[in-house]
Amino acid sequence: MDLTYSPADQAFRAEARAWLDAHVPAGPLPSLETEEGFAVHRAWEAELAADGWSVVSWPVAYGGRDCGLTRWLVFEEEYWAAGAPGRVGQNGVSLLAPTLFDHGTEEQRARVLPPMARGEVVWAQAWSEPEAGSDLASLRSRAVRTDGGWLLSGQKTWSSRAAFADRAFGLFRSEPDMPKPHQGLTYLMFDLRAQGVTVRPIGRLDGKPAFAELFLDEVFVPDEDVIGEPGQGWRVAMSTAGNERGLTLRSPGRFLASAQRLAALWHERGRDPYTRDRVADAVIGARAYQLFTYAAASRFLDGEPLGPESSLNKVFWSEYDIALHETALDLLGGEGELTDAEGGWGEGYVFSLAGPIYAGTNEIQRDIIAERLLGLPRGRR
Amino acid sequence: MRFLLDDEQTAFARSLDALLTAADTPAVVRAWGAGDHAAGRALWSRIAELGVFALAVPEAYEGVGARPVELAVAFVELGRHGVPGPVVETVAAGALLSGPGFAHLAKRFLPGVASGETVVTVALPGGGPYVLDGDVADVELSVCRDGGGELWVVQGGGDRAGLRSRVRRSLDPARRLVLPRPGGQVLAAGPQVVAGAADALCWARLATAAQALGVGLTLLDRTVAYVKQRSQFGVPVGSFQAVRHRLADAKIALEFARPLVFGAALTMDPADVAAAKVAACEAAYTTARTALQLHGAIGYTAEYDLSLWLTKARALRSAWGSPGECRGVVLGGGGIAHSGADFGAGDKFG
Ligand SMILES: Cc1cc2nc3c(=O)[nH]c(=O)nc-3n(C[C@H](O)[C@H](O)[C@H](O)COP(=O)(O)OP(=O)(O)OC[C@H]3O[C@@H](n4cnc5c(N)ncnc54)[C@H](O)[C@@H]3O)c2cc1C
Repeated sequence: MDLTYSPADQAFRAEARAWLDAHVPAGPLPSLETEEGFAVHRAWEAELAADGWSVVSWPVAYGGRDCGLTRWLVFEEEYWAAGAPGRVGQNGVSLLAPTLFDHGTEEQRARVLPPMARGEVVWAQAWSEPEAGSDLASLRSRAVRTDGGWLLSGQKTWSSRAAFADRAFGLFRSEPDMPKPHQGLTYLMFDLRAQGVTVRPIGRLDGKPAFAELFLDEVFVPDEDVIGEPGQGWRVAMSTAGNERGLTLRSPGRFLASAQRLAALWHERGRDPYTRDRVADAVIGARAYQLFTYAAASRFLDGEPLGPESSLNKVFWSEYDIALHETALDLLGGEGELTDAEGGWGEGYVFSLAGPIYAGTNEIQRDIIAERLLGLPRGRR
Repeated sequence: MRFLLDDEQTAFARSLDALLTAADTPAVVRAWGAGDHAAGRALWSRIAELGVFALAVPEAYEGVGARPVELAVAFVELGRHGVPGPVVETVAAGALLSGPGFAHLAKRFLPGVASGETVVTVALPGGGPYVLDGDVADVELSVCRDGGGELWVVQGGGDRAGLRSRVRRSLDPARRLVLPRPGGQVLAAGPQVVAGAADALCWARLATAAQALGVGLTLLDRTVAYVKQRSQFGVPVGSFQAVRHRLADAKIALEFARPLVFGAALTMDPADVAAAKVAACEAAYTTARTALQLHGAIGYTAEYDLSLWLTKARALRSAWGSPGECRGVVLGGGGIAHSGADFGAGDKFG
């Protein structure tokens, strides 16, 4: 058991820190949930990519540094500690890319990954449908065979950043008569600007067009954009879900930086006695999440799969994030209701509220923990 | 960086678990609480044979040197089995007397601590007002702030019967609390006493945190087993979502306390140890509340063994520093113990 970094890891940390010191924009960028902000964030991705910092854990051939999980964690700590901007390419980088590494073809990886790494193609996740939320397998959008590809029809919803993104990936029903709902699904990538696609932005809680509804009317997708085998989409998608909840969606570095900012704010505000315990808990929680992730990463590097343990992760960080932001707003008092205040706590709070809903609701995660980690009997679904 | 127990540490946990399972520890706990310490002392010797009390004693005094990670491993097991007695206090005494300036005392007391012959209890600034199991311990140490720090000792023997009459009832019957004994002799005084006491407090908090984690793990295990076999409305109560989700939350709290305990053992930074104490004790206590609720009335009886852990979870929460005091330490010096970026550098806000 040890927490020390190798000299090579430390050198990597120093290199990342030096680069970030020289490049991180001085002030906050406009919100990436707006058209203007989206463009600025895309340019930031390109800047990161130019020096090989946009996807450090990927193979060099696709724009990464092949640096492994430990250094990815190190990079993330430095990234957020430096106050660097939110990542607009996140859906693609943390959800689609791992799926392509596991299930894609070499041709798909070579074609899709480098432009993703440079922020040239930003991806949206098109999983949810109006009638398929937690019960994702009940989805109805169809993929119908046609010459050289498929025709997609139906409706997807709550697709983050789809209003400004370029392409999307999602599940479609290709064999409608299978006995079980998660059979006969196919995982496909499609162009959000293709003929037959209508994108309707939806304002989220603060009105920003952060997600969108997609209407698909016989949208043509070539065979080369099917991920994995047709009909096997559920299996492919579930490996993506593991990544989403597991190690990579919310890095500990992000919460460590937030907890540090909160503690600094608390000191600035005269060590407010009413929030003291909650500030301490935010500090403790960030540390717990960091060390939990180190343990998970160590097991992963030993060759163990992530498995249902990632559900522990998902519930923890989503509830932690809300508690952290609530504490900051309470500490700010009257200023706490401003969403355009300096420090971004108001906007962060709005975003944190969605954490227990997306990436599989926390109720669903608790069911997974109960059944698969505690061995409790299945309940009604 | 490999933040996982190694094979030897896992095997150590397993051998302690096997020993404590075979020893019918619940019966030992009940006897201890009733003032009959024979079985507890016998178990104490067997725990010592596995090396547990040697983990905070330097090699020069027949210990194995300071091994906080192994100590945490051991105390999780002691907590899981509800082992009674001043186990934390004996470890704290080992840490206290290992400090610089105590060579003569170390020579006198520590070999007995390491071998399990000497059961020590201790009162330190930052601990509570009472000494645990003062009626059983062979040696009672106390540090007070007088004269810039004084270390007092009272040796066993003496007026046991008189002591017994002064035992205060803890809500955990296995914890026998006594006010520090009057009399005794000053063993040492001065800044080394203050420094030693601070170090010992850190060890006591770490051991308590690990013990609490173990208590929580058992409360969860026993409750999971219970809700699988208890049926109501024609189905196991463990199939109800309200029940399942409460247990999932307990699992989350415990699994996020665990790395804090081992992380603190690696750094032994007082802020990390305080964080581990808060998280482990809160997790154990939340789990205790869940365990009691989900057992229904049977959980509310002293006859049923669950009570041995339920009451301990509450007691450990305030032992060796309340949640509030420990949170104060986390934010103390001003801020955050470690930034991710400067791991181990003790980066503080000013
Ligand atoms: C900010 C945000 C961004 C999102 N981004 C995306 C995206 O990019 N792509 C995408 O595809 N989707 C996205 N989503 C959608 C998200 O994945 C779904 O909201 C989620 O899966 C839940 O589905 P639902 O909203 O239909 O809720 P429902 O499934 O209708 O659930 C409603 C409530 O019932 C509870 N519930 C449902 N079933 C059970 C059960 N069996 N046991 C107990 N409770 C249950 C739920 O937990 C929830 O509390 C996003 C959502 C948000 C809020």
